[in-house]
Amino acid sequence: MKKTDALIIGAGPTGLFTAHQLKLIGLDCEIVDNLDKIGGQCIELYPDKPIYDIPAVPECTGEELTNNLLNQLKPFDVKFHLSERVEEVKKEDNNWLVKTSGGNSFLTPNVIIAGGVGSFEPRKFSPKECEKFENKSLFYSVKDKNIFKGKTVSIFGGGDSALDWAIELSKESNVNLIHRRDEFRGAQATVDKMQALVKDGKINLFTKYQMANVYGEKTLESIDIKHDNDEIKNLKTEYVLGFFGLIMQLGPIANWGLNLNKKTIEVDTEKFETNQKGIYAVGDICNYPGKLKLILSGFHEGALAARACFKLARPNEKYRFEFTTTSTNLLKRLGKKE
Amino acid sequence: MAKITYITSDNQTHTVEVQNGLTVMEGAVQNDIPGIDADCGGGMACATCHVYVKDDWFNKIPKKEDGEDDMLDMAFEPKTNSRLSCQIIVSDELDGLEVNIPSKQA
Repeated sequence: MKKTDALIIGAGPTGLFTAHQLKLIGLDCEIVDNLDKIGGQCIELYPDKPIYDIPAVPECTGEELTNNLLNQLKPFDVKFHLSERVEEVKKEDNNWLVKTSGGNSFLTPNVIIAGGVGSFEPRKFSPKECEKFENKSLFYSVKDKNIFKGKTVSIFGGGDSALDWAIELSKESNVNLIHRRDEFRGAQATVDKMQALVKDGKINLFTKYQMANVYGEKTLESIDIKHDNDEIKNLKTEYVLGFFGLIMQLGPIANWGLNLNKKTIEVDTEKFETNQKGIYAVGDICNYPGKLKLILSGFHEGALAARACFKLARPNEKYRFEFTTTSTNLLKRLGKKE
Repeated sequence: MAKITYITSDNQTHTVEVQNGLTVMEGAVQNDIPGIDADCGGGMACATCHVYVKDDWFNKIPKKEDGEDDMLDMAFEPKTNSRLSCQIIVSDELDGLEVNIPSKQA
């Protein structure tokens, strides 16, 4: 079990700047994020799209913003736990006991939820029957490509993940590639490569088709795919892969006894604390009168929540407000003074 | 101003007046019409404001721009008349528009 002054859920821009504020005022913190990389929506949804409303930054992309925030965190030692989702938050005396899907547990007086619109999860096939085969013969990501050797694999999707895997697996498997339209959104070079493999008979391409049904007892035996004109085709297949990108789900946060409003968490505007003492929500996931879902609002909310954390993490000390321009304390923490 | 009818998957109809310049997504969210999540807030980045546009209207409203079909690839049960409602901007010409909301957004 790890002890920390504050645990941040979410490594998006708000979570990163909140970590900066906590470290600056002398608290330690760790960050958990369900994605395998740092940056949240900025990296997952719009890494290349320019943002024009970050104060004093006339223009930057989601990726640049993330890198700048990481640079700003460089003087500090912040531990990240990526590809882990927080599953449980439980009261234990004056602390919160937090457990993640990766088997980590934390004991902390402060939990700051900077979770955007929730955690990113793969988008799934719509027929309910697909659940029966999930993680057995039907997957939304590839962990071990060797299981597909010599088998028939049906891959759904039109982006780079679907195309890359279709190309890779066509070397040693029988590959069907199924997509809802004729255009592919993957990189042109990848699309060309796939088309060449289709010509050589290495990939069977079905466009304007979508998943309609799955069949099999214990293991998957075949699937029905349905054309835009309602025609149905049955394909014998041992495995199915679906690549439809990620969706944000509130997930386990809904079970922590917090006051929710649609997919957001109600907070006060002094500490950005929820109805549970020591649990805060900042950034897109919090809600209060006048809330603006802007990155700049997340920075403000994180700065205030960090100050509130100080009281619970250092009950016997008094928090003193200081400026980075003049405070020897802060400059030492930033590594600018011996 | 345009009267827009949103039909949910359980066949409830909601007809509301939406101001010109707003999107069909905003019209739904501001009027608490269920079934449109709009997680990304209208940035064409999430495909959770997916609607089906009635055939006679589909060809009348402004066409999809680059990127919308890419996002629709990820929508729940996309069809040939699928649109992202955050990309349909309301004008007088859209008076009477009917859209169907899918049973789920993801």
